[in-house]
Amino acid sequence: MSRIERRFAALKSAGRTGLIPFVTAGDPSPDGMVSLLHGLVAAGADVIELGVPFSDPMADGPVIQHASERAIAKGVGLANVLAWVAAFRETDDETPIVLMGYLNPVEMYGYAAFAEDAVEAGVDGVLMVDCPLEESHVLEPLREAGLDQILLASPTTAETRLAALCEAATGFLYYVSFAGITGAAQLSTGDIAERVAGIRARSKAPVAVGFGVRDAEGAKAIGEFADAVVIGSALVDRLAGATSADDAVGRARDFLAPIRAALDAR
Amino acid sequence: MTQITDFHAWPDAHGRFGDFGGIYVAETLMEPLAELTAAYEKLRTDPAFIAELDRDLKHYVGRPSPVYHAERLSKHVGGARIVLKREDLNHTGAHKINNTVGQALVARYMGKSRIIAETGAGQHGVASATVAARMGLKCVVYMGAVDIERQKINVYRMRLLGAEVVPVTSGSKTLKDALNEAMRDWVTNVEDTFYIIGTVAGPHPYPQMVRDFNAIVGREARAQTIEQFGRLPDVVTACVGGGSNAIGIFHAFLNDGGVRLVGAEAAGDGIETGRHAASLAAGKPGVLHGNRTYVLSDANGQIVETHSISAGLDYPGVGPEHAFLKDAGRAEYVGVTDDEALEAFHLLARTEGILPALESSHAIAQAMKLARELPKDGIVLANLSGRGDKDVHTIAAREGIEL
Repeated sequence: MSRIERRFAALKSAGRTGLIPFVTAGDPSPDGMVSLLHGLVAAGADVIELGVPFSDPMADGPVIQHASERAIAKGVGLANVLAWVAAFRETDDETPIVLMGYLNPVEMYGYAAFAEDAVEAGVDGVLMVDCPLEESHVLEPLREAGLDQILLASPTTAETRLAALCEAATGFLYYVSFAGITGAAQLSTGDIAERVAGIRARSKAPVAVGFGVRDAEGAKAIGEFADAVVIGSALVDRLAGATSADDAVGRARDFLAPIRAALDAR
Repeated sequence: MTQITDFHAWPDAHGRFGDFGGIYVAETLMEPLAELTAAYEKLRTDPAFIAELDRDLKHYVGRPSPVYHAERLSKHVGGARIVLKREDLNHTGAHKINNTVGQALVARYMGKSRIIAETGAGQHGVASATVAARMGLKCVVYMGAVDIERQKINVYRMRLLGAEVVPVTSGSKTLKDALNEAMRDWVTNVEDTFYIIGTVAGPHPYPQMVRDFNAIVGREARAQTIEQFGRLPDVVTACVGGGSNAIGIFHAFLNDGGVRLVGAEAAGDGIETGRHAASLAAGKPGVLHGNRTYVLSDANGQIVETHSISAGLDYPGVGPEHAFLKDAGRAEYVGVTDDEALEAFHLLARTEGILPALESSHAIAQAMKLARELPKDGIVLANLSGRGDKDVHTIAAREGIEL
């Protein structure tokens, strides 16, 4: 059983909704990254989504774009990201880590080399935003090495494709709550509840919902019908002004605590 | 790669040109792209659509554009005959209109009321604003803040045509970032919005669709060359940024094995300086803007900033069909520096009374090199993809002249 499977199985048996915070690797500070990852776990993260900075993040809104730009300006690359995961794993062998990003950095690293190094570092899955199911042949070396390919489904996903996604899902299936970019404001939970229920019934993997979740209220509403809730832009935005590594950890804790509490109060 | 017998058979059913192309986009765009593919597949063989497109190309764009034997330039170079395909004579002054007229028609057939486009130098933005005005569609053009500063006249032209020009301040604030922003708009407003991509890049079906709309350039030029000279050219050359004018003129010749195809990329200050935009000559296969192709990126896979005197060639990727033609050995891609392009610009102006666009000046420079290698009865066909009026300020500034 993989770390991701173990984690979702534990959540299910405890009757809890998973909390999946997203942070951009290297932001707000490369030096504080490992302590921030531990801080996320202490604040209630069940799975961590770690964003790999890319110069052309087509599906991301301004908050994550700017976080990527800041990290790139500090020279953060895939090798740094893997090193941070490896350092995190020295004291946490339980919390799954999913790398989220775009293909070109992995392409330049080399798919086979990346697969080997990512497994070695303790990465559990990859979510490549610009790699839909139809092109996922390129990720074959990653899957062979034991990494889960996290697939996305969205409100625009057609029925036939949705069936294929539910069938192919490993780790968890990430449902994008609305057609748009990360961090956009609109979120109508009523519309998506039914859709997510239908997907959960069919998906071979648990369903996490993200895009547009920014606070405890939104997380709780999503938690009513999802296996897990992803929070990205609102957290990244909160971390952006941190003055030190400790400040970043404190901000993460203050931001996530009410969300964790709201999810657990269900 | 296995021997390819029919170069007109691509892309395949997955939108791939061999190892290149494809649909590397976020999940949310998969269905809109599938709808676009289905609509375009139907329209491309629909007699009513074809008739309307032909009418627009003839009466609005001004096609066919002539093929012109540049005798004085040829004589000056002292080699083969240099023959120019005059896309600069189209309405709005470049080949870009061939594509925007076609895509605007597709948009109308699909019932979309809003058009978005990205632009670098502003040519594609102007061509998009033009067709939007003519069809009464709302038009939003994304343009990097740096490019807006560099291309004020085109920004004003777009506004005169009724388009909204939105400055893009993310990343390097240039064409690639404008494309990202247009893609973000499309993801968000896909219900009523049609995204007119300006080059043969992006996810399938764009590389195919943009190529098809520009392929008229090569079809005309091939027939015109045979009519005027009694035979095919020895070599065809064109500048390559994203590659739409090049694929446009190459396509009709792809299965003419005896015709050499040479793409001229922007070598900027010289490929060895690192300040260039020669994705095929100096890049590696990667993934950018929805397709696998040759890209210019650093060791971490970050897309790098490019340099060219010509804003229209200043792009770190290239259309996937060009990547395919390079690897298949069907076309060659070489670098032409800023200085070589400028020299060609002046020479064409002085010998033929034609101001070429800085982009097209790269093709002229390459045509001159190729003509020198061939006997006097040889034929070099070059795509004069656009006129140079838009560039006179850039050239004056570069040469220290105050206007």
